[in-house]
Amino acid sequence: MKSPLRLERRLTQPRALGWQVPLVSIGGALLLGAVVLLLTGKNPIDVYWRIIQSGFASKTALRGTLVAATPLAFTGMCAAATFRIGIINIGGEGQFFVGAIGAAFVGIAMDGAPTSVILLSMILMGALMGSAYAALVGVLKAKFNTNEIITSLMLNYIAGILLDYLIFGSKSYLRDPRSMGFPTGKPLPKGSWWPTYNIGSAVIPFGFLLAIVIGASILFMYKRTRFGFEASVIADSPAAARYSGMRTRAKIISVMAISGALAGIGGATDVGNFRHVMDAKGLQLAGYGYTGIVVAALARFNPFSAVFVAIIIGGLTNAGYALQGPDFQSGLVGTLQGLILFTAVAGEVLMRYRIRVRNNEKNVAVAS
Amino acid sequence: MSGNIAVKMSGIVKKFPGVVANDGVEFEAKVGEVHALLGENGAGKSTLSNVLTGLYRPDEGSIELHGEHVTFSSPRDALNAGIGMVHQHFRLVPSFTVAENIVLGEDDGGVFLNTADVVARVEELSLRYGLAVDPRARVWQLSVGEQQRVEILKVLYRGAKVLILDEPTAVLTPQEADVLFTTLRAMVAEGRTIIFISHKLDEVMAVSDRVTVLRGGKTVGTIDTAGSSTRELARLMVGRDVVFDRVQRKNPAKPEQHVLVTVGLCANDDRDNKALNDVSLSVGAGEIVGVAGVSGNGQRELAEVLGGMRATSAGSFHVGGVEVTAGRVRRSIAAGIAHVPEDRLHTGLAASHSVEDNLVLKSYRNNPISIRSILNRKAIRSNAETMVQRYDVKTPDTETPVRLLSGGNVQKVLLAREFSAGPKVLVAASPTRGLDVGAIETVRERLVAAADDGVGILLISEDLEELMSLSDRILVMYEGRIVGNLSTQEATRESLGLLMGGATVGGHTA
Repeated sequence: MKSPLRLERRLTQPRALGWQVPLVSIGGALLLGAVVLLLTGKNPIDVYWRIIQSGFASKTALRGTLVAATPLAFTGMCAAATFRIGIINIGGEGQFFVGAIGAAFVGIAMDGAPTSVILLSMILMGALMGSAYAALVGVLKAKFNTNEIITSLMLNYIAGILLDYLIFGSKSYLRDPRSMGFPTGKPLPKGSWWPTYNIGSAVIPFGFLLAIVIGASILFMYKRTRFGFEASVIADSPAAARYSGMRTRAKIISVMAISGALAGIGGATDVGNFRHVMDAKGLQLAGYGYTGIVVAALARFNPFSAVFVAIIIGGLTNAGYALQGPDFQSGLVGTLQGLILFTAVAGEVLMRYRIRVRNNEKNVAVAS
Repeated sequence: MSGNIAVKMSGIVKKFPGVVANDGVEFEAKVGEVHALLGENGAGKSTLSNVLTGLYRPDEGSIELHGEHVTFSSPRDALNAGIGMVHQHFRLVPSFTVAENIVLGEDDGGVFLNTADVVARVEELSLRYGLAVDPRARVWQLSVGEQQRVEILKVLYRGAKVLILDEPTAVLTPQEADVLFTTLRAMVAEGRTIIFISHKLDEVMAVSDRVTVLRGGKTVGTIDTAGSSTRELARLMVGRDVVFDRVQRKNPAKPEQHVLVTVGLCANDDRDNKALNDVSLSVGAGEIVGVAGVSGNGQRELAEVLGGMRATSAGSFHVGGVEVTAGRVRRSIAAGIAHVPEDRLHTGLAASHSVEDNLVLKSYRNNPISIRSILNRKAIRSNAETMVQRYDVKTPDTETPVRLLSGGNVQKVLLAREFSAGPKVLVAASPTRGLDVGAIETVRERLVAAADDGVGILLISEDLEELMSLSDRILVMYEGRIVGNLSTQEATRESLGLLMGGATVGGHTA
């Protein structure tokens, strides 16, 4: 039996779908989540209300949300950046880790220097580490046409092992020599802490402002510069790009490097703005890199929108921490995030196709 | 009377999003005739044949086979009813033998192949219809013409009474096409029906008994070929008079004033096999030099080398006496070589990009299109508006993605961009292939106008009529070499065809 519904390819994508589809996606995710909540014997309206309360509705809630949103904004931009050239970078996680390593090293080593110099150095070091790590994937892709999804994913595990090694497996520079029982990272001196600003009643971390500025710049780069034009042509048709004299391999490597730099700066914000220590276990548990992919998908791979989508997802994460307890399993927030990704991907299909009800068969000639 | 009607399709309507591909088509083919289905691209020929072979279900209308109503829900149904299709793009497994390919997909209930049986039957069929091919040979060893015979044998083997051939001569030399026509005559003599899809008028005149002409998804009419002419068919197909005679040039070519010279060019194809072998040629200012050859004999690689997309292994090429660094697109562009590639929508253009973006695909690096690496959207827009007007591109606006334009308008966008750079040389690979008659006319006019302005044109084409009506001189490529250099006066279909097939013509090889 054929389904009475079928998908028809859209010839053009109406502009309004750009915001309608994400809204419908989130709505769909909340509906599906409600089913899950009902099945586990909870009142979905009550749960959602509590999530809003503890994610967005108070000063402390907002502050926590921005803390969670900042790394996600960067990993979201990281995933969005390569999508523009038709490459999928799953490696935001690992690039985030090495960025954190680099920034922590600089933050500790430069103790005594003016805060602004340290801050700038941490950002640059995070970007450098992340971009070098991602460029590895880009070079493999450009020179040997290896699948970037696999290589970037594998490098995540390597970066994770590196974190463990630096803190648990060796007496590295980053390990706190005073931590005896359970090894921890060396705390950053106060002078290396990134500032937070009180704007009205909100507390905005410097890292979040940085995300907004960088997001806008990346969007400008893709929309208005030669570089962005070349990237979009490569994504559309590599053959056309080569035909018109674009250096496709170099461009692939540069875009990977930029993408990695974004995740790396995310790692630097995590160390400089929030944890003030390289927290090997905490970073791996947070999974910012992977959640960043959800952020990017929901932002429809627009790096600037990713910053704001990160607030929604960050709020959800933050609420999850606040509500965690016997009557609110930690897995619920993960489930909701998974559902959001699921509906965002489904929404992507709606961007490209529309649903039609199949014509009645009565018009078709019938066999005698 | 209805006893000798093999296929009757009435009131066929098939809609796709945004288009009515078939809008009440009437079609009728008799037993024992070659019936041509003629029409421009987009006239609905392919849709109609897909309806007949069960790939599409019509939205309205009915199909009768030998006087009985039928509905097909899959190509298998149609095949079981005796309708077989020979596709333009072969559907063969290269590593299988001919016999294995022929029985592929056949469901006789058994587990094992009885190869000896199949071979015997295939041999019998090929003998009967003059479809010479060794059933034990592997498909990759066969020439294109032989592969097509395998496709025909495949449908004959399944007992098809009605055979649909979709542009079967597109890949053949004129001689191979003649052999095919003989085969088709033999098949209709036995009471089979051939539906021959084409947009080549001469062929239709040569091979078919009757012609049904489609235009804009509707049947224009069915006429006897015997009482008709190519001119009449062209008029029916396009809806107005079309003149395809030898073009008149305003300014004569200056073949001695070389704009493009290649010396001993050698290059490999994508699989690293030698594709160009010691190619030396010259194109004069305002000269149109045709390059004939069966597809896959190095023409594409030649165009790519000149466009800078392919590295050379030996030799050099020069524009206006200056050597151009090989394998660098930007060097070729800077030297003044414009390139219209074979695959215009995916190589020549970025299909999902807008008309305006595509018009600056090569000039986006230059002031004022971009200033200090920032794109100047205003300049891009006004450039597009000028081009769209000058080249008469039919598009809703300049932001429309080129993939939504018709084939002719896609090519106009490409030509507009290539000509606007003020080239010295234009390398055009099959610039009219797949276009409808009206668009072909426009493209040819543009090429001739450019030549009149002194641009040297290397016109690579498999369409001999086109080469003979446009070129000042015709080169023939065979296995990566230039095997013929004929003035248009001395070139004939036969002499070109022989050279294209690898034969040497005394005195003509250059």
